[in-house]
Amino acid sequence: MNKKDILAGEHFLNGDVACAEGAIAAGCRLFAGYPITPQSEITETMAHRLPTIGGFFLQMEDELASIAAVLGGAWGGMKAMTATSGPGFSLMMENLGLGIMTETPCVIVDVQRGGPSTGLPTATSQADMMQARWGTHGDHEIIAYAPASPQEMFDQTIKAFNQSERYRQPVLVMADEVVGHMMERVVIDPDKIEIYPRRKPSVPYEEFLPYRGGADMVPEMACAGEGYRVHVTGLTHDERGYPDLSVESQDALMHRLIGKIRDNADQIIEVEEENIRGADVVLVTYGIAARTSLRAMELAEQKGIKVGMLRLITVWPFPLKEVRKIAGAVKGIVVPELNLGQIVREVERAAAGQCPVRLVGHAGGGLHRPEDILTAIEEVA
Amino acid sequence: MMKRVATKPEPKVVADVHHPLEHYFRNERLPHIWCPGCGLGTSMSCLAAAFDHLKLDVDDVSVVSGIGCSGRLAGYMRPDSYHTTHGRALPFATGLRVALEKTKPGHKVVVFSGDGDLFSIGGNHFIHAARRNIDLSVFCVNNFNYGMTGGQVGPTTPLGSKGTTAPYGMFEHPFNLPYLAASSGAPYVARWTTLHVHRLQQAMEEAIQKRGFTFVEIIAPCPTNFGRRNGLPTGLDEMRYYREEAVIENFADPKDAEIIPGKPFIVGTFVNEDKPDYVAIYEKFVADHFGVTVK
Ligand SMILES: Cc1ncc(C[n+]2csc(CCOP(=O)(O)OP(=O)(O)O)c2C)c(N)n1
Ligand code: SF4
Ligand SMILES: [Mg+2]
Repeated sequence: MNKKDILAGEHFLNGDVACAEGAIAAGCRLFAGYPITPQSEITETMAHRLPTIGGFFLQMEDELASIAAVLGGAWGGMKAMTATSGPGFSLMMENLGLGIMTETPCVIVDVQRGGPSTGLPTATSQADMMQARWGTHGDHEIIAYAPASPQEMFDQTIKAFNQSERYRQPVLVMADEVVGHMMERVVIDPDKIEIYPRRKPSVPYEEFLPYRGGADMVPEMACAGEGYRVHVTGLTHDERGYPDLSVESQDALMHRLIGKIRDNADQIIEVEEENIRGADVVLVTYGIAARTSLRAMELAEQKGIKVGMLRLITVWPFPLKEVRKIAGAVKGIVVPELNLGQIVREVERAAAGQCPVRLVGHAGGGLHRPEDILTAIEEVA
Repeated sequence: MMKRVATKPEPKVVADVHHPLEHYFRNERLPHIWCPGCGLGTSMSCLAAAFDHLKLDVDDVSVVSGIGCSGRLAGYMRPDSYHTTHGRALPFATGLRVALEKTKPGHKVVVFSGDGDLFSIGGNHFIHAARRNIDLSVFCVNNFNYGMTGGQVGPTTPLGSKGTTAPYGMFEHPFNLPYLAASSGAPYVARWTTLHVHRLQQAMEEAIQKRGFTFVEIIAPCPTNFGRRNGLPTGLDEMRYYREEAVIENFADPKDAEIIPGKPFIVGTFVNEDKPDYVAIYEKFVADHFGVTVK
């Protein structure tokens, strides 16, 4: 990959464009997508940029095709991404599962808008968070980022690519309309960008088992035409990749697929802590909701309430340990999110009754009023 | 824990006797799961014979399938093979083929799947892949029904034919696949039956060699689910039907390629023309305008 293809320097970008540039900086040279607001600028930026740097842009016939092409592209040896919003995210669910089952590295961006159904095509929400976690059928683990600024759209898209290669799994970037459309300064230094390369086979064809996990349970990946003659299937398979529909095989495969994320969760989970120590109340929040929460923190501090914040950078896997520790040390936890109660359930589970947990929900279409978050802080303080 | 007992007899292995095409198969996966008299084994042999005749190295081709009895072919063939989701073989193959232009130019991608997979749940992908002229060789086994799930009717089931979801006979009109492929823009369209093994093999070779979206419909028996309910209970009955009713005619108007039970139907090459494929158009544009290569 060529460093000169990266948009180096300081720029004033919207979150969607920053996301596309992050993908290019991460080495993504295949994008397949379908237009949908509020992510269209990602697709349009890719359409504009990829042909100029020898990448492939594919506008597919729908989102079912977009994600399928991304999975195919990954097996063709490329880094590939698709981006969508609510309705398109729903259409991608089956093949997200194929990506998990076949251990295919790729990135899926969901710039969330209000739902269900067509909902609020041009306005924000964070109501796909549980769909991200459980939208595809069957048991599985997932990795999902929640960017809160255009800079994070850039940075976290790169991280998503790296984690997808590291753990060989589709990784989600769960943005929202406001972060997608807000314009801010984005600083890009190509020398500081680290790339996790594809985990290529370390043994010859005769010894290679495409679905045997290494020490971290993640297998090496042989792509099409590399001479490893791999069979890739969404059926339950053995270490050779061959269908084996036995209870034993399902047990071994599910334990490895789930284990490779669960057992490495400490290395995947990323949070940002602010003023947690000595706080009476801690806000547990993510994405754009964390930014409106900052104003609520200021207002609470003016009233003499000590407030901290745990911002989830990765929402999945959920930072259970971190939240549990906080719950044991504070008077209450407040969870602002742009839905009527999704991540708050995880927070309650983690808090396990140690302190009150208060949701500050919002049905979507706009952002929280900091005063509403303040009221909740005052109630639990 | 209870161990499952294998119900399939172990294949008898004769030492030092080799099948001339065995390097194209995952022999450790054979015998296959297909029923006696099924057209899928014949179709798979034709594909391997086509590879062999073209001297195509196992490592220079990938096979992509959807889901169904036909979709199981990917699991038996030695090349890199991808058994994807129901209906999505074509968009998966599109991404794979495009990526291979960068990582391994010249690598072939074959899509092998069923009529339900490619034309019902995946129908939209078919017309768009053909329209884009993605360089894929697409082989569809048309057995007039959903074999895998137990003989339900599908988009190619002839009017009046029976299936488990049409116990009184099919009320809908079927697709005429060569007509659909041709009008979607495919530059190569052919149809053969599993009786016409040499011509089928030849058509597969032509399709693999030709750059662009090439399509071969393979009319094949599914005695277990379709034939049994429609007066053709064995594979042999179906072969007789092909021998009596299939009329070889090259470059016929695909509009005339309808299949009506008990009546003659056309087999042959319908379309064979040259047309730049998606990747070729894209590559030329980016080279001319941006001075870059996708390789
Ligand atoms: C999304 C989805 N819907 C339904 C199915 C169930 N299913 C499996 S195979 C199949 C039909 C396959 O028919 P066809 O493509 O004609 O293949 P054949 O078995 O006849 O070769 C269906 C409906 C599935 N696997 N996935
Ligand atoms: S059900 Fe039909 S298509 Fe499937 S293996 Fe049996 S005969 Fe072949
Ligand atoms: Mg069928």
